[in-house]
Amino acid sequence: MAIIVSRKERFLDKLYIPALLVGLKVTFRRFFESLFLGRTMTIQYPEQKREYSQRFRGEHFISVDANKVENCTSCYLCQTVCPAECITIIAEERPNDQNPYGVRKEKRPVRFDIDALRCCFCGFCEEACPKDAIKLSRNYEMAVETRAQAFYDLDHLKREVKGRG
Amino acid sequence: MDLFEWIALILKLVFVLAAVLNTVPIVVWFERRGSAWMQGRVGPNRVGPFGLMQPIADVIKFIFKEDFVPEQASKFFYHAAPVLAAVAPLAAFAAIPFGSYLIIGDRQVPLQIAQLDVGILAALAFAGLEVYPVMLSGWASNNKYSTFGALRGSSQMVSYEIGLGLALVSMLMIYGTLDLNAMVKYQEQTLWGFLPSWGVFLNPVAFVIFLVAIFAETNRLPFDLPEGDAELVGGYHTEYGSTKFLMFFFAEYIAMIMASSLLITLFFGGYAPLPGMKAGVDVLASALGFGSVGTQNLWAVVQVLSMIFKVGCVMFFFVWVRWTFPRFRFDQLMDLGWKILFPLALINLLVVAIFIAMLGG
Repeated sequence: MAIIVSRKERFLDKLYIPALLVGLKVTFRRFFESLFLGRTMTIQYPEQKREYSQRFRGEHFISVDANKVENCTSCYLCQTVCPAECITIIAEERPNDQNPYGVRKEKRPVRFDIDALRCCFCGFCEEACPKDAIKLSRNYEMAVETRAQAFYDLDHLKREVKGRG
Repeated sequence: MDLFEWIALILKLVFVLAAVLNTVPIVVWFERRGSAWMQGRVGPNRVGPFGLMQPIADVIKFIFKEDFVPEQASKFFYHAAPVLAAVAPLAAFAAIPFGSYLIIGDRQVPLQIAQLDVGILAALAFAGLEVYPVMLSGWASNNKYSTFGALRGSSQMVSYEIGLGLALVSMLMIYGTLDLNAMVKYQEQTLWGFLPSWGVFLNPVAFVIFLVAIFAETNRLPFDLPEGDAELVGGYHTEYGSTKFLMFFFAEYIAMIMASSLLITLFFGGYAPLPGMKAGVDVLASALGFGSVGTQNLWAVVQVLSMIFKVGCVMFFFVWVRWTFPRFRFDQLMDLGWKILFPLALINLLVVAIFIAMLGG
């Protein structure tokens, strides 16, 4: 139900000129602040970057241990949970010489592909991963020149990411 | 006319043309950066220092775009419209004085292209031509949006010309002349000893009406219905691209500069600087050891600079208003023009006439 509001307009209100002057004052104050005090909202992008939250979910990466061996053990949990079905894993047994930890990393991914164009950045893979292997970094600059470049393979995912980027 | 006068005339023409055409990119730059500042943004600041080269980049972009002509357009009028749009306001500058006179040799060179006794009428006649490019382009493009834009534009311009004309008549009664130079002379006097006797102080109501009317005449934002970006794509110049659009774009700003110089000449003392400045310039001239000729020439330069300064202030106001106020609806626009400004201008005219009769003007 609509509520009828009736405002009493004085003569000055009906002239509209005081209201117009108030409007002009607002924009002039903003003009002065932007020009002389530098209070602008703009982030001048390539030089300045927006500081996103610590929990921002950006480009994927796979964490590695001290020997640069990926933490992934090809358990397929991320591939199973992924709602966008963008993860494809091919597993095999890890050779013993590459596995100084014994039973902990018996399996390894031969291929670990993420189709970033399909990914919806929900972060379920990160939650499902029992080894904290797959993670989402805070990098949001993911533009690529070809579709193939948006198809991340294991080499790309194993890149060094400090903290979460 | 002898050779001296011809050369002086050509130099004046070149000066006015160059001054006006070079003001346009500056205003366009200010429109873009000023609007940004008013909205708390930064604006285009990448091309050149402070983004000053941005208008040049824009122009280059326009020139390299495809020169497109719609198939169903009537070609002659389609091409004539942008030309007329740019020429009409430029021609109006001929009547506007931008300084008193220079003394070269033993001759006086008035700083006005055409010394017309009916200068204000000439300026208005050329300003009135601005409605034709709107109609021509809208009709010749053979496009719905263009036609609507032209329809709105022509009715708006014609409606507001009435308020403009009546406000003008009241000023003409005060000044008692149609000569723009004489009007400026009148406004060089002082009012009660301290206030310059500018039209805005003599007749503020006429000033408000004239101001609103020139906003409508130049299709600036509170009245930009002919262009109507939101619902008419681009209004009357929807079908214009590349250099032809550039002509319209320039014409819009030239018309603004022309309207503001007319406003200044009528209401802000034209090229006359503030009343106290004459003495200051005299002191400066005697300190520099100028004779009477040098003093007059220095004074003329100060007058031209003050004219440019005043035009700049009004242009700032144009931009300021554009980025402050929302647009009118079309019926509101017509209401304002016919039901408010027109009667107000008539009453104002009557009051001014009574005052002049009582004071024995």
